[in-house]
Amino acid sequence: MDMQVAKKKLSLKEKYKLLTRDLGWDTTYHTKDEVFPYVKYEGIKVHDWDKWEDPFRLTMDSYWKYQAEKERKFYAIIDAHAQNNGHLHITDARYLSALKIFLQAISPGEYAAGKGFARMGREFPGVGTQVACQMQSIDEIRHAQTQIHALSNYNKFYNGFHAFADARDRMWYCTLPRSFFDDALSAGPFEFMIAIGFSFEYVLTNLLFVPFMSGAAYNGDMATVTFGFSAQSDEARHMTLGLECIKFMLEQDPDNLPIVQKWIDKWCWRGIRVLSLVGMMMDYMLPKRVMSWKEAWEIYFEQNGGALFNDLARYGIKVPDCVAQCTEDKEHISHQAWATFYQYGGAAAFHTWMPNDDEMDWLSAKYPNTFDKYYRPRFTYWREQAEKGNRFYSNTLPMLCQVCQIPHIFTEPGDPTKTCYRESEYKGEKYHTCSDGCKGIFDNEPEKYIQAWLPPHQIYQGNCFPEGTDPTVEGFDPLAKVLEWYHFDQDNLDFEGSRDQKNFDMWRGMATKNT
Amino acid sequence: MSTVFIALQANEDTRPLIDAIVQDNPEAVVNRQPAMVKIDVPGKMTIRRETIEEHIGRAYDLQELQVNLITLSGHVDEDEDCFTLCWNS
Repeated sequence: MDMQVAKKKLSLKEKYKLLTRDLGWDTTYHTKDEVFPYVKYEGIKVHDWDKWEDPFRLTMDSYWKYQAEKERKFYAIIDAHAQNNGHLHITDARYLSALKIFLQAISPGEYAAGKGFARMGREFPGVGTQVACQMQSIDEIRHAQTQIHALSNYNKFYNGFHAFADARDRMWYCTLPRSFFDDALSAGPFEFMIAIGFSFEYVLTNLLFVPFMSGAAYNGDMATVTFGFSAQSDEARHMTLGLECIKFMLEQDPDNLPIVQKWIDKWCWRGIRVLSLVGMMMDYMLPKRVMSWKEAWEIYFEQNGGALFNDLARYGIKVPDCVAQCTEDKEHISHQAWATFYQYGGAAAFHTWMPNDDEMDWLSAKYPNTFDKYYRPRFTYWREQAEKGNRFYSNTLPMLCQVCQIPHIFTEPGDPTKTCYRESEYKGEKYHTCSDGCKGIFDNEPEKYIQAWLPPHQIYQGNCFPEGTDPTVEGFDPLAKVLEWYHFDQDNLDFEGSRDQKNFDMWRGMATKNT
Repeated sequence: MSTVFIALQANEDTRPLIDAIVQDNPEAVVNRQPAMVKIDVPGKMTIRRETIEEHIGRAYDLQELQVNLITLSGHVDEDEDCFTLCWNS
């Protein structure tokens, strides 16, 4: 007869050890260097891969269990949102523009991160690392999917949501986040971990998914809040992994410090540049505002990022030089970015507008040092011109930064009235960057950045027209052809008079009346 | 001293969790924001399974935190009984 012995339950630590350590074996047909060919060329020295441990000690069984729970919650809310006409419960239709930027510029980044982590799971030799990268890869794919599902409901009713996949490759402002991810994906495995684990997760997502999503809740958009918070609960794990990776590199060998510091400096700045889009979304695109960009920056970057840098100081890590400039920039970037999109609103796949009086007063109160002095007069002038029928659209193409791909719209440190740009020379050609931060990045790896796909250059070279376009025909309108290549269908121009504005007002009227 | 924080979705599941966190971390500052609650503690935050169980009246697995977690800061250490966040460990 079999004896029934009560099985001792494994502790979390034992479970995790069994999951990870037993997966690692020594190869015999090929050397370790042949199996993991990319892990040494960046110069990071690792002596003991077993020192890398996921502090959450998440095993596959609990991973699937809790992720399934998150998905059930998410889809229940998405169903409810669709069933009760959630698309009419938002504050007003201007809010949709923020969602359009999100889908065009940010969701494809999630997908890129998923591809990157799938590759890193293969390239790192440590088993704890492989498991964590695999989970993160699945998470990132899930984020792209849940975002596309949540926003597909809006696509049934409004413009600007239908061509996000091509927008990622073609649209001038989408190359900003795309260049960030392409830069990370074309780096080595350790640099990738700093780019995504540290910069994207630690610097970016807390500002994007926390205060912006909290704002989405008070703008009536439960679908977006849910995908945002659901994604960020995974990001909490990812941030921990990113931090663990930094610690691991620094603890393994003192020679790693200068390499890690250089990556932290580079990716901190790259992340901050991508955030200018988020700053504009918070200060200008949420009709009901809950927190200014500057306030969010102070909580999540200055306080939280400051705590992180204090902690890393014991390894010799210094606060990146760019942080001093950011303290000045937090008062300006959202206004400068919105002013740019307003002027280029003819070529953006979302609507733009000038803030109304209430909104200008809110901006004055939140930005007492800068808004009234530098931005209100310009915005008031544009608004008056629009009311007279002279809505201003810029028809020229801007010069982009060779690194971050943002047009040269930001101002010189110490002088918010002077456009900032820097110049480098490489192999007899001149290259322009938007700041000291981007110039430093360019000068360090010029061979990488001279390959950048810059939309204005590509448009001038004739690479951004639909197939079969003949630019030599009489009356050829290049801008119209570019917009056709972007798949525009009334997606652009001012919010005032847009199809979204008319439809939203009409449908909301129908939703609250019986005639 | 640097602050660690945890942010949870504002819902019925997290109400007793927040009470338990405040009980175990007397210096906790609770910030209630739209759809979320952010709890700041100077230096170190300890979340104990037993305290949560007292508040919810059933057995609790600390990994259930994942479901309503939004974000956190600090170094994480987790086992069956305790979830801690700290700086300068």
